[in-house]
Amino acid sequence: MKYLYLIFSSLKRKKLRTGLTILSIVVAFLLFGYLSAIRQAFAAGVEVAGADRLIVRHKVSIIQLLPQSYESRIEQVEGVDNAAHSTWFGGIYQEPRNFFAQMPVVPEELFDMYPEYVLSDEQKKAWLATRSGAIAGRGLAERFGWKLGDRIPINATIWSKKDGGRTWEFDLVGIYDGAEKGTDTSQFFFRYDFFDETRAFGEGLVGWYTVRVSDPDAAAEVAAAIDAEFANSPSETKSEPEGAFIQGFANQIGNIGFIIMSIMSAVFFTILLVAGNTMAYTVRERTGELAVLKAIGFTDRGVLSLVLGESLALTLVGGAIGLGLSWLLVSMGDPTQGSLPVFYIPTRDIFLGLLLIAATAFVAGIIPALQAQKLQIADALRR
Amino acid sequence: MTDNSDNILVRAQGVDKVFKRGSEEIHVLGGLDLEIPRGEFLALMGPSGSGKSTLLNLVGGLDRPSEGVVEVGGKRIDKLSERKLAAWRARHVGLVFQFYNLMPVLSALKNVELPLLLTRLSKAERKKRANVALDIVGLAHRAGHYPRQLSGGEQQRTGIARAIVTDPTLLLCDEPTGDLDRKSGDEILDLLQALNQEQGKTIIMVTHDIHAAERATRTLYLNKGRLSTEPVD
Repeated sequence: MKYLYLIFSSLKRKKLRTGLTILSIVVAFLLFGYLSAIRQAFAAGVEVAGADRLIVRHKVSIIQLLPQSYESRIEQVEGVDNAAHSTWFGGIYQEPRNFFAQMPVVPEELFDMYPEYVLSDEQKKAWLATRSGAIAGRGLAERFGWKLGDRIPINATIWSKKDGGRTWEFDLVGIYDGAEKGTDTSQFFFRYDFFDETRAFGEGLVGWYTVRVSDPDAAAEVAAAIDAEFANSPSETKSEPEGAFIQGFANQIGNIGFIIMSIMSAVFFTILLVAGNTMAYTVRERTGELAVLKAIGFTDRGVLSLVLGESLALTLVGGAIGLGLSWLLVSMGDPTQGSLPVFYIPTRDIFLGLLLIAATAFVAGIIPALQAQKLQIADALRR
Repeated sequence: MTDNSDNILVRAQGVDKVFKRGSEEIHVLGGLDLEIPRGEFLALMGPSGSGKSTLLNLVGGLDRPSEGVVEVGGKRIDKLSERKLAAWRARHVGLVFQFYNLMPVLSALKNVELPLLLTRLSKAERKKRANVALDIVGLAHRAGHYPRQLSGGEQQRTGIARAIVTDPTLLLCDEPTGDLDRKSGDEILDLLQALNQEQGKTIIMVTHDIHAAERATRTLYLNKGRLSTEPVD
């Protein structure tokens, strides 16, 4: 502790240079925090995907539909507990940029399959009693300011109605919450029976099945058994773990994790150069002073620790401000005004950020620190 | 730090110092012998490149001889490990430099306090001792000033306060008046003389200035790595 003022005094030597270096570190960690939240938004589904859940879809493509009759056959496969079907509706609310997922489901099946969607018993009852009823996630409802009893018009891009219309109107009877922080509350569910009876085509067809298996360790065998069940049929299936399915879905946009990692790598590489350069200059300019410290009794290791301490102070100040600002920005809401299912910096990434601060300090400071450590007093004092 | 055999504080025997510059070897000191009694104020004179500062560095444990023995207070310092040598310097040596070598970002008080950071003293005790040292050199009223706010003489006095704050056995001064005008230089010499006479500090001072050397109790001349009691033409 008694060396702290020595460390911070040294950083005040060139205020502009120190300030600019800290600013660049702030920007790097601000980006790190913000991009972590974006990456989390795309990865959240994968992370909270049930290990005991499989997705069964058409073997050719997710846009090919499967018969609803498969449900009972899937449930008869050994190792399957229950199954629930969903279908991609793909409608537009008011304007195309208001994207969110809408899916017709069987209410009882939905809550059996996804206990992480929390809806009050009263609202469940209301949904079962209302054929045109729908429920929305808390995030989605807040995004558009919906409240119970609102009538939500959605313009279909795929599913026209038997009467030729394309506008589907739903009564909002429930708003569900997530049992966990990462639970997706940006979705909109409505009743399959209403959908099936109203749509102009595709009656009796569904998008995919979610299947719960009794033993997660046997999920691969169960998936193979389901696919075997429908082999050589007009609608062959492909079964995979829910996490892999969601990842594949997210990858249609692009490998977000990879893109973000690439950006972050470039940013941190640049920051290492900037901070390393600052530390190198700091040590080079103070050769005489460091030699004096050694002359009055500081050990080689003591001087090495001082220089590393300066590097840590520099990155700690910048990193903490950057992470703090990113947390503030993220808490103000996602950049798509609610299209992302979740938007927060995971605790894991905050710890990773702290680790990065330490790593940046070490890598930026170690070479100048070793130079300071090796400094020969007599040589340095002669310069 | 006692030498039971006699009153000799510093003893150098057969000291060689060779610097290598590429493949070339430069012999700065050759077979040098030196004894300095406790309480002496020794002036070391000689032309540039004669090895004065090198000898000072060897006695102060800032460098090691290529050959020979350096003992201070009966302790052989040329064989100490880097860590032990650093601890020894912190405890026993005070250094005064020609260009003061103060930390520009620290106040005079904090500069003087620096060597005390290596002790186990409390913050309050460190501050108290640093103030006493500044008081001894007559700078108590400038404790909060930064080096850039001090004159050359004041900076050097701060340097001396830093050198004496740990109450070292040996005070090594490398041309302490070399960067000062005559008046300031005299004040510094007065101070060094007082430290020697009143506090019994053993001082070795490297200087080019005959006027400064006159303040010492003994003057030795170094030329081509050899010591003599007479100046060399």
